[in-house]
Amino acid sequence: MNNNLDPMNIKNDFPIFKRTINGYPLIYLDNAATTQKPQSVIDSLSSYYRNSNANVFRGVHTLSIEATDLYDLARQKVQKFINAKNFQEIIYTRNTSESINLVAYSWALKNLTKGDKMFISPFEHHSNLVPWQQICRKVGAQLLYIPLDDSGAIDCDKFSSLIDQNTKLISVTHMSNVLGEISPIKDLTELAHRFGALIMIDGAQSVPHMPIDVQEMNCDFLAFSSHKMLGPTGIGVLYAKKEILEIMDPFLFGGDMISEVTYEDAKWNDLPYKFEAGTPNIADAIATGTAIDYLQNIGMEKVFDHEINLVSYALEKFSSLENIDILGSQDPSLKGGVISFNHKFIHPHDLGTALDRFGIAIRTGHHCAMPLIRSFGLVAASRASFYIYNDNEDIDKLIDSISDIEDYFINE
Amino acid sequence: MNEFSELDEMYREVILDHYHSPRNNKSLDNPTKEIESNNPFCGDEIKLQVKIQDGIVTEIGLSGRGCAISQASASLMGEALLKNNINDSLKLYKDFRELLTGNLPEDQMDDLGDLIALEGVKKFPIRVKCALLSWSAFNDLIEV
Repeated sequence: MNNNLDPMNIKNDFPIFKRTINGYPLIYLDNAATTQKPQSVIDSLSSYYRNSNANVFRGVHTLSIEATDLYDLARQKVQKFINAKNFQEIIYTRNTSESINLVAYSWALKNLTKGDKMFISPFEHHSNLVPWQQICRKVGAQLLYIPLDDSGAIDCDKFSSLIDQNTKLISVTHMSNVLGEISPIKDLTELAHRFGALIMIDGAQSVPHMPIDVQEMNCDFLAFSSHKMLGPTGIGVLYAKKEILEIMDPFLFGGDMISEVTYEDAKWNDLPYKFEAGTPNIADAIATGTAIDYLQNIGMEKVFDHEINLVSYALEKFSSLENIDILGSQDPSLKGGVISFNHKFIHPHDLGTALDRFGIAIRTGHHCAMPLIRSFGLVAASRASFYIYNDNEDIDKLIDSISDIEDYFINE
Repeated sequence: MNEFSELDEMYREVILDHYHSPRNNKSLDNPTKEIESNNPFCGDEIKLQVKIQDGIVTEIGLSGRGCAISQASASLMGEALLKNNINDSLKLYKDFRELLTGNLPEDQMDDLGDLIALEGVKKFPIRVKCALLSWSAFNDLIEV
């Protein structure tokens, strides 16, 4: 059996690759923003609405029972995908941002007080930065940054001299959406727990791309989004340890999250439903399960290895372009499938517009990480990010097109 | 190549020229007014300084960083504003905006002078903001 996944075969499962962009086959290199969807996920959505649509948890009729079963089955798939111990530890949200806000409002607001500290890294996405700015301001806690070493990677040695008993929470990205660098989660988790702090992992860029085992990671919270792993938009996941969820207050109040309501008061439903007020996003939850089936059918080790190969190949190819600077580490063993770069003479938006003429989609801008981009002395950067359907040929076309565009903009 | 002929409509020679050699690229010592503006979507920045006498812009200082369209548009704007009456320039801004959104009648296009070079941007709607960054800064500068 061939141990490598076959991007050409995989591409055939994604109807969007049948279309052209400006007359060219689509080369999609914006996977850190969102991924494309396989036919099975699209079918899953339409099949639910065609065959099983009903509200969950309330009816005794066939459709409601079917919808409830499908909805719960999808949660079991998520649970297995990240190897969570309990079904109750998987909370559906709208996206990673909402998952982080849930922890910010239901846990941090109650457990952080004046004089407490919490740490994040300097390369967080705004979604793992802005909620903490707000919470820390509200409660008078200090929002501090984990120090980096000379290569720009998290420096656990230096950090161990900063963390103390007043540290209540660390919230850190598993993989930077700009630099692609993978954080030393194991060391950070050990450090956090040694000082009695909890640790939250922003897994938006890691869960879709590598094997994840929350029990082995021993993290307290993990947030991720379905749309970055072949699933639909509008649904995300918060994983949290059961014992922590049990003592947390609900985030949103209303239907479905209660067990008993009187005119005066209400009691909360069991986990995970305590955190899922209102009719949930049933169709997208079910389709998330289908996306997980697709990924597990390939195998997450293979997904990760494939992306490491792509990044190694891309970094080597990029080194032939003398006007390109790579942001962050150039060591593929430290990176996931993301490369941000800057052209010395062509602005990212001009480059992005020109690449689009060749059907190549990259991200340009500040990547929702303005402080990080500014720390490189830039206002914007370009980013190519890979997934299972990308191959070396996509990278060749990217590099060749950048060369052509260079001639166009510079040798006028 | 065909891709580039499409791009040529936006990146006309005059635009690339202004991008590579921006006019009035300097800092004024005692400006009558100045403003800094940026586009949060892409991070482009522009700083505009003007000296105004009797309603006429007598000197201009421009600096900034960003894409070819935003920086070339700023440079072209500087040339259009210089030695001109502010109210005429505000009218020019309105016409220019109409041009980029495809609403300017053909017979008014001649009044735009060199600004017409940016007409091709209208085919790339996502980039219209780039071309308008400096102009809306000018508008804010005068209105405030």
